[in-house]
Amino acid sequence: MAIGWYLVVSALIFVIGAAGVLTRRNPLVILLCLELMLNAANLALVAFARLHGNADGQIFALIIMVVAACEVTVGLGLIVAMYRRKLPIDVDELNELNG
Amino acid sequence: MATTTFAWIVLLCPLVGTIVIGASFKVLKGRTAGVIGTVAIGLAFAFAIATLISLLRHGPQQRELTSSVWDYARTLNIDARMSILVDPLSVFMMLVVTGVSMLIHLYSVAYMASDRGYTRFFAYLNFFVFSMLLLVLAANFILLITGWAFVGAASYMLISFWYRRTTATRAGLKAFVINVVGDVGLVLGTFFIFGHTGTVDFIKTFHAVPHVFAQDSPDLVAGALLLLVGAFAKSAQVPLHTWLPDAMEGPTPVSALIHAATMVTAGVYIIARMHVIFELAPAAADVGAIVGGATLLIAASIGLVVTDLKRVIAYSTMSQIGYMVMAVSVGAYSAGLYHLMTHAFFKALLFMAAGSVISAMGGVQSLDRMGGFRKAMPFTFVMFLVGGLALSGLPPFSGWLSKDDIIGFLDHRGGGFLILGIVGYIGALMTAIYTFRMIFRTFFGEPVPEARELQDGHLHHVEKPVNPANGDVEDFDVGFPGPEHHIAERAMPMKLAMSGLAVLAIIGGAGQIPGIDHALSSFLDTTFADSTIIRHEPSTSAAWIGLVIGAAVALAGIGIAYRVWIVAPGTSAKLIERFGPVHRFLINKWYFDEAIDFVIVRPTLWFGRFCNTAIERVFVAGVITGGTVSIVRACGALVRRAQTGFLRYYAAAVLAGITLTVLYFLITSS
Amino acid sequence: MSAVFFFLAAIGALAGAIGVVMLRNPFYSVLSLVFHLISLAALFLLLRAEFVAAAQVVVYAGAVMVLYVFVVAYVGGGEELPSGGGLRILGPLFALVLAIELCIAMLGSALKGISGKGAPYVPGFGSPRQIGTLFLTKYLFPFEVASLLLLVAAIGAVVLARRRRGLEPDEEFETALHKPVSRRVGSMAESVGARRDS
Repeated sequence: MAIGWYLVVSALIFVIGAAGVLTRRNPLVILLCLELMLNAANLALVAFARLHGNADGQIFALIIMVVAACEVTVGLGLIVAMYRRKLPIDVDELNELNG
Repeated sequence: MATTTFAWIVLLCPLVGTIVIGASFKVLKGRTAGVIGTVAIGLAFAFAIATLISLLRHGPQQRELTSSVWDYARTLNIDARMSILVDPLSVFMMLVVTGVSMLIHLYSVAYMASDRGYTRFFAYLNFFVFSMLLLVLAANFILLITGWAFVGAASYMLISFWYRRTTATRAGLKAFVINVVGDVGLVLGTFFIFGHTGTVDFIKTFHAVPHVFAQDSPDLVAGALLLLVGAFAKSAQVPLHTWLPDAMEGPTPVSALIHAATMVTAGVYIIARMHVIFELAPAAADVGAIVGGATLLIAASIGLVVTDLKRVIAYSTMSQIGYMVMAVSVGAYSAGLYHLMTHAFFKALLFMAAGSVISAMGGVQSLDRMGGFRKAMPFTFVMFLVGGLALSGLPPFSGWLSKDDIIGFLDHRGGGFLILGIVGYIGALMTAIYTFRMIFRTFFGEPVPEARELQDGHLHHVEKPVNPANGDVEDFDVGFPGPEHHIAERAMPMKLAMSGLAVLAIIGGAGQIPGIDHALSSFLDTTFADSTIIRHEPSTSAAWIGLVIGAAVALAGIGIAYRVWIVAPGTSAKLIERFGPVHRFLINKWYFDEAIDFVIVRPTLWFGRFCNTAIERVFVAGVITGGTVSIVRACGALVRRAQTGFLRYYAAAVLAGITLTVLYFLITSS
Repeated sequence: MSAVFFFLAAIGALAGAIGVVMLRNPFYSVLSLVFHLISLAALFLLLRAEFVAAAQVVVYAGAVMVLYVFVVAYVGGGEELPSGGGLRILGPLFALVLAIELCIAMLGSALKGISGKGAPYVPGFGSPRQIGTLFLTKYLFPFEVASLLLLVAAIGAVVLARRRRGLEPDEEFETALHKPVSRRVGSMAESVGARRDS
């Protein structure tokens, strides 16, 4: 298949993830949509790696996976901490960091 | 050693004295500071004599020496350097300043002995001598202005020496403000002259002035008039004279040194130094002469009625400096400087003697409360008498020769100057009257209680000190006069100093007796060699006629004073009653203070208040500062609205940004 | 043949993505994401990235998603209220605009820069051997830093989510310190009353 198809798929996944981040109120789901966006990036990178025959793109994709894992870990830790303190698990309610 | 090296050492001695006394302020005990100060000035005097001898070794035409230590600025054709000018005029001034200062320092060692601020006094006094020497030795306008300003500062510090006394601090401020007016005049005058000559160095300026300016050209006259403003402020001539009587709030040695012998003569010095400029601008010179004459009369008339002993002597100073200003403005340079020298001697002597009397009175200065000290203080009486006779111009004292030298010159020049000569004679009459008024009222008549105490051997001591001017209660701590007063009869340093000055007052005129010798004028001739007027010397016979008239006038004055105050003691009270309005006018000092207050002080205060309320509060604080603040605050409030705290809005903002960025790249790359 | 697999995988990925966003129950969203990840792994395989595909399945779908499942089970997160505010319409709108832009970018202009053929590649491309060599030679530094990052994240998660109980200031010690001392104890001076401090 032409590389363009993969790129279109990657763009669509990215955009769907973005829409999810903007629309959902549960922080868990927002994190999930964040994962979607990261995966879309992964796909684009691997596609370009295949295009140029250069495995650097795959290395990049692996590192992104590591970073995503770390981010998920910390994010979920935060959510657990919020739950323990009986805070509402809703990003619209947690708005005290304002100016 | 070179002549100029000696001059540099003279300049440095008092500076070193100041620094040493000031730095070791905490460790100097007793009279050490006084000794250090006096020794410093003594050394300066010794080196001044050495400078004189060294200068005389040069031939008459090579007596204009400069020496430069470093350059301050060499840009825009301003050649400002740290250089001194050693020529007969500056050496003369140097000798007068260091000689009289030395004797006054000696006097102060005993006089100020119980004052808590003793060390500070000598530090200030040495600093003053340094500044005055800087002024007279300066070789360019910049250093002159520097010395001028330092002298004004030293005068302020010394007038308000007893700084917890409100009258003293107010007097110090008044002196300083009026001096600043003079400073402005001096600086602006310099600008006017410099604008055309392009140099600030004295010798170069004096060579350039005749070529650059025409006679009486407007810029030159303006510059000369502004220089005169400076001279008048420093020398207390009308209308910038109101600070001098108030300056008597300072300790008596200060009055003697600064306001009799040295600082007030700076104006005379500057006119003599800049004689080239003034001769080329006769309009300005005439103004100087007229103002000198006017001051002469006004001050003498006030001296006839004031009741404070030191203030009589202050007005006398003002009047005598009027003589000097008149002299140097019309071209009688050596006569004016001669009178400067003799006046320094007898006026300092008078102040010292007055200080002794005031000490005997326990700090009171009013003539109304004095009387009959002749038996109690014989030494002081003799000194006062010597000074008074010299001031009145009686032969063979020095004042007689110098004052009549001036008047003789004026008469000889003729024309309008004859009027000034007559003014001089009238002033001499009044001088004799008020001088002997002082002497008769203080030393003759019934002894007052303080005098009687002293005759019994007990110096009057004040338990609860008060400010003699307004009766405020004081104490003996630092900032007020000390607990003990010292009179000449009991203090050897005071006796030595006064005797030295008395001798000089008697024989000081010996160098310039008409027809016999002219040591002073021939010495100063080389400085004034480029003068066009100086040739107008009166002949010997005319000079002797003038001297005889002067002696007669003085005797007449003494006679009148004798009649009013000794023979018929109630005469002055009757005169005051009869001439009531005149007396009021005179005793209010011709209402100059009130006039200045009305014309200058009040409008300035109004303007200051207006600027504060209208400009400062409304415009600067309100519009500029307040406006900026509110703009910043408004912008901040605007930006703050973006910080809602909602995560999703932030995410939306990020996404919008990404969209725009991609759009940008899309457009630019296609 | 590969085209068929591509379309299957692509549709699976997109379906999973849409499922993540649209499903109300967070647990279902997690499962939908797992499905998405596996489809993506298939896509990777098609792109000859074997190691990346395997890592995706093992690490991502295997470990990270399991973590998610645990947290969702713990936190719960029941039925969610519909999102309020203007972002309900604006969010998808932004996303749509971005999508259109990206598509224009890719299909319109960018595609001229890429040929559809694919690069001549060497065998062993994407294999674990090649990835490993690259990690240990050219990209050693990012490799080490990534490990450090993992360590930091792990410690961070532990710190964030721990129970506070074991590290409270010792209350018994505190109370013992401030217990009032009886006035009759101590030195003779104290008992007499000459010394005021206890």
